[in-house]
Amino acid sequence: MSPTNESIPEPRATSVLKARNLAKAFGSNVVLRDIDIDIRRGQVVALIGPSGSGKTTILRSLNGLEIPDGGTVTFGDSDASGGLAIDFDAKVGKKEIAALRDRSAMVFQHYNLFPHMTVLKNIIEGPVQVQKRPRAEAIAEAERLLERVGLADKRDAYPFELSGGQQQRVGIVRALALKPQLLLFDEPTSALDPELVGEVLGVIKELAEEGWTMVIVTHELAFAQHVADEVIFMDGGVVVERGPAAEVLRAPRQERTKLFVKRLQHDV
Amino acid sequence: MNWDLIWSSFGPIITGAVTGTIPLTLASFAFGLVLALVVALLRLSPNWILSGLGRFYVSVIRGTPLLVQLFVIFFGLPSIGVRLDPWPSAIIAFSLNVGGYAAEIIRAAILSVPKGQWEAGHTIGMSRPQALVRIILPQAARVSVPPLSNTFISLVKDTSLASLILVTELFRNAQQIAAFSNEFLILYLQAALVYWVICLVLSTAQSAVEKRLDRYVAH
Repeated sequence: MSPTNESIPEPRATSVLKARNLAKAFGSNVVLRDIDIDIRRGQVVALIGPSGSGKTTILRSLNGLEIPDGGTVTFGDSDASGGLAIDFDAKVGKKEIAALRDRSAMVFQHYNLFPHMTVLKNIIEGPVQVQKRPRAEAIAEAERLLERVGLADKRDAYPFELSGGQQQRVGIVRALALKPQLLLFDEPTSALDPELVGEVLGVIKELAEEGWTMVIVTHELAFAQHVADEVIFMDGGVVVERGPAAEVLRAPRQERTKLFVKRLQHDV
Repeated sequence: MNWDLIWSSFGPIITGAVTGTIPLTLASFAFGLVLALVVALLRLSPNWILSGLGRFYVSVIRGTPLLVQLFVIFFGLPSIGVRLDPWPSAIIAFSLNVGGYAAEIIRAAILSVPKGQWEAGHTIGMSRPQALVRIILPQAARVSVPPLSNTFISLVKDTSLASLILVTELFRNAQQIAAFSNEFLILYLQAALVYWVICLVLSTAQSAVEKRLDRYVAH
């Protein structure tokens, strides 16, 4: 266990994910270098940093939307059943990527709802078509989740009929319906009008309180401080600083972190 | 004005449309679309041999006259022992032709769907083929209806070329009555009128299809 984990009050020792030495370059442009991440069950990790720092690439790598050039990702206990270990230094097959995607679900910055499907169909598409769960069960689950995020009455609406905040809440429900071990949020409020940010952050906060394991790429520092157990500050494809949210955001040690936090607070 | 001739000619002309032009169009378009999807996917393949194959096909089809393609199949192939009847020859030629043109339309339509839609499909666990069928193609369909309707309407008129390889269809019937009665202007105008009516009906159908596919888009 890494030393930064000691400040977390209760022992939540079960590891959900371990990433080691993740590396990625697009041509000569190195976007990730030597990235290590540990996520334990129920933990919320916030990835912050300037744009182009590689935080979104990490998130996408964990969901197999980007294939790292090197490093390893381990889900659960790789020896136990249900565990998964992928070595990106070796050739990675479709099966491994599928297994990776099985374990996590992504909430996108631009929602990426399926425009040709109603809200309900968006949500049950994965459970029914991919996970082969019974349709009735998937519908009941979707309705329950929609109720939770206050969108029960939008069940039969098409995405274009919803506000950005509503679309993003559907995006979150679509991810939840897959029952993933890990939820990934890629700047979930960056595309929203300011007055709609709160409703989405509110949902994410509730999920954190419920014990969902999450990695969130965000520019909302106040929010990160509020919900995240650990904050990782990245710049130039490397981890510059990591630790408990309050420490990294309130009393950063590294110059680059200080500058970034200060600049973002000035913006607000 | 020879009204009797006009009235009595509509019968064979419309029969030619119903038993020739329309089934020939429908069959060729259906086969052509399937072929076009395959060619479009070849062209989109990351494998350069496959994409080159798709590109070559489109280039040949678009770079040679439809009439020549038709003649190669019907009059040319018998030289190498492949003897096809007029109908199968026509359906094959028109399908191959539609396949070439519609492939480009379908390819462009697939490319017009934002990359995020593929990713959203992947994040809910879909494989590429699954995402293509469930997520991408339904959205591509909406984009491709207007240009595909163009292809379809062109095809209706292009089937008149089949008269040259002895397929009994609208135009061939008109030609025969014209030759027999010597009323070329009247008969050819009648043929033109029937083609026009068919295309008008198709344009209306196109609007209906577009409207249906647009139901999930903000207006």
